[in-house]
Amino acid sequence: MNSAPALVVDRLTTEFRIDGRWHAAIRDVSFTVGRHETLALVGESGCGKSITALSIMRLVPRANGRIASGRVLLDGRDLVQLDEAELEATRGGAIAMIFQEPMTSLNPVLPIGFQVAETLRYHTKLSAAEARAKALALLEHVKIPSARRRFDDYPHQFSGGMRQRVMIAMALACKPQIVLADEPTTALDVTIQAQVLALLAELKAETGMALIFITHNLGVVASIADRVAVMYAGDIVETAPVTTLFERPMHPYTEALLSSIPRVDRDAGDLKPIAGQVPPITAMPAGCRYADRCPLRIERCATRPPLVALPSDPRHEVRCWVRAGEPGASA
Amino acid sequence: MSEPGAARPEGTTVHASGGADTIVAERLAARGESLAHSTMPRERGALARLGAGIRRHKMASFGAAIVVLVALSAIFAPWLSPHDPLEQDVLLRLATPSAEFPLGNDSFGRDILSRILWGGRVSLYVSTAAVGIAIVIGGALGILAGYIGGKFDRIVMAAMDVLLSFPTLVMGLLVVAMLGPTVGNLILAITLTAVAPFARIARAPTLTVKERDFIEAGRALGFSNLRLMAVHILPNVLDDILVMAALWLATAIRTEASLSFIGLGVRPPTATWGGMIREGFENILDSPWLAILPSLAILIVMLGLNMIGDGLRDTSDPRLRHE
Repeated sequence: MNSAPALVVDRLTTEFRIDGRWHAAIRDVSFTVGRHETLALVGESGCGKSITALSIMRLVPRANGRIASGRVLLDGRDLVQLDEAELEATRGGAIAMIFQEPMTSLNPVLPIGFQVAETLRYHTKLSAAEARAKALALLEHVKIPSARRRFDDYPHQFSGGMRQRVMIAMALACKPQIVLADEPTTALDVTIQAQVLALLAELKAETGMALIFITHNLGVVASIADRVAVMYAGDIVETAPVTTLFERPMHPYTEALLSSIPRVDRDAGDLKPIAGQVPPITAMPAGCRYADRCPLRIERCATRPPLVALPSDPRHEVRCWVRAGEPGASA
Repeated sequence: MSEPGAARPEGTTVHASGGADTIVAERLAARGESLAHSTMPRERGALARLGAGIRRHKMASFGAAIVVLVALSAIFAPWLSPHDPLEQDVLLRLATPSAEFPLGNDSFGRDILSRILWGGRVSLYVSTAAVGIAIVIGGALGILAGYIGGKFDRIVMAAMDVLLSFPTLVMGLLVVAMLGPTVGNLILAITLTAVAPFARIARAPTLTVKERDFIEAGRALGFSNLRLMAVHILPNVLDDILVMAALWLATAIRTEASLSFIGLGVRPPTATWGGMIREGFENILDSPWLAILPSLAILIVMLGLNMIGDGLRDTSDPRLRHE
C-alpha cells in the first residue's frame, strides 16, 4: 500500500483585497492528511476553515482573492501551479468537495440521476448508458430509497438529507483519493446528521479515501475524526490526534473552546465564554493572533509563534510560546 | 405586444365570449387539465414543463390552439388553398364571395382565401426564422455577458442598448431600404432588433444563477465554464426566453406586415398579409373585405401568440408552478 500522504498543504496563504489592500485570510496553513485518514478542521465562523478548503480546490474567487504563497501537493503535483484545464480534470476526479447547503448545491432544473451521470461522463470515457447505470449504482450505494424509480426526479422532490446523499454520490463518483466536506451536516437536523456521518464513515472505510471534514461542531469531530486541526483567525493553532486533543488540549484557545461547550454532565454555570473578539482581517496583530484574549499572555507573544511539535508527543503540534515547551497543560 | 405587468385576463374570459371556437378551446383545456394530472406526476425539462404549463392554463391553451391552426394552414397552404394565389382573372375583379371563391377576389381577380393561406407562410417563415436566430445569438450573448461580467458585460450590453434604441420598424426600414426587399433582408432586419431584448432577458437571470451554490458545486466537480453555461445556466434561463419568444413572434409578424404594407416587404405578386392590406386599401370604400380579411389574419395570430406569452409567464412563475 502506498504510504505517501493523500494531501500535503504547505504554508498556504490566501489573501483577499479589501479597499485596495491585500489581507491574508489564512496564513501559512500547513497540514498533512494521510491515506484513509479523517482530518477535522475546526474553528469558529470566519476563522478560515472554508477558505482553506476553497484554496485547496483552487476555487478562491479571482476577482478579489488570490493564493499568495504555499503549495498543495496531491500525488506529487502542486495544485497551486496547475492551469485551468488541468484543474478541471483534477476537481471531481482525484479531489472532490461536498458543500454545506444540500438545498441549493444541486441544479434545480436537472434530474438528480442526470447530475450524477454528468460527473461520470465528464471525467471518464463512459458512454451515456454506462454512466446512467453507474450513477444508479452510486445512488443506491448512498442509500437513496428506490433509487431506480427516483432517478429522473428533480432536487425539489427530495429532502435535505437525501439531497446531501446525492451530493456525496456526485463527489465520490470518480473515486477521489481525498474529499473535502465543508460542514456537510450543518444544514441538516440531528437525526439526519447522524445518518449522513455514518454513511460518510462507511464509504470512507470502503473506498479508502481520505477526508477533510470542516465543522464547528466538536461533537461531530469526536465522532468522525482521526486527527484535528484547530484554526483561529486564519492560523492553525493546534493539531493533534482526536483523543489527545480532547484529553490534553495545549493551546489556550483550544482549551477555552472546549470549556465553552455545554455538556450534559456539567452544570451550565461552568460554561466559560471566551472574552474579547476575533481581530478583524484588516487589523491582524503581527504576533500571536490570540494574544489579546489569552490569559497566559507573555511579552514574547508580540512576535509570531511557530507551529511546533511538543517534545513529549511528535504528533501533537501547537502554535504557542508558552505551551510549546510544555508542561503546564490542564484538561 | 403586451407589456409586462399589464392586466391579464383570466381563463374565465374565454368562457364568457361564447361561440363554437370557445367550446373547442374549453374541451381542449379540459382535456389538457386532465392530462396534466394523470400523466405528469413529475416534471421533465423546461420545454416539457412549459408544455404542461400551457395545457394547464386555459388562456394559453386557447392561444396555442389558434397558433397551431394558423401554422398548420400555412404549412399546408399548397394543398389547402383552392386556387393558385397568383392566378389572375379580370372577369372576377373585386368579385364578392361565392361558392368557388369563399372570401371573394381582389382587384386582379385572385382568390383571397388562397392568398391569405399563402401569405401566412411568408409571415410565419420570416418571424420564426428571425426570432429563432435572435434567440440563439441574443441568448448566447446574454448568458456570456452575465457569466463573464466585467468589461465584456459592459461592452456587450452597451451594444445591445444601441440596438434597442432603434424602433423595430425604423430598423426594418433602414435595412430593407439599404439592402433591398428580400426575405433574407427582412429576417436580418427583424433579427437585429430582436437580439437585444433576448440578450437582456438571458443576462438578468444568469447574473443571479451564476452566484448560486450549484454553480460553485459544479466547479468543484471540475466542470468547465462552457459546460456550466450550456448545461447548468441555460435551462434556468430558458423559461424567460420562451415567454419572450412568444411575445416577440407577434412583434415580428406585425413588423413584417408593416414593412410589406409600406411596400418594403417581399415584392408583389407574392402574397403577404401586409401586401394584401395595402392592395385592398386602394378599394377600401367599395370592397372593404380586401383589407379587413388579411388584417383579421394578423390580429388572430398576434392574439394567439400574446395569449401563449401571457399564459407562459403565469405558469413559469415557480411559486405558481407547484400549486
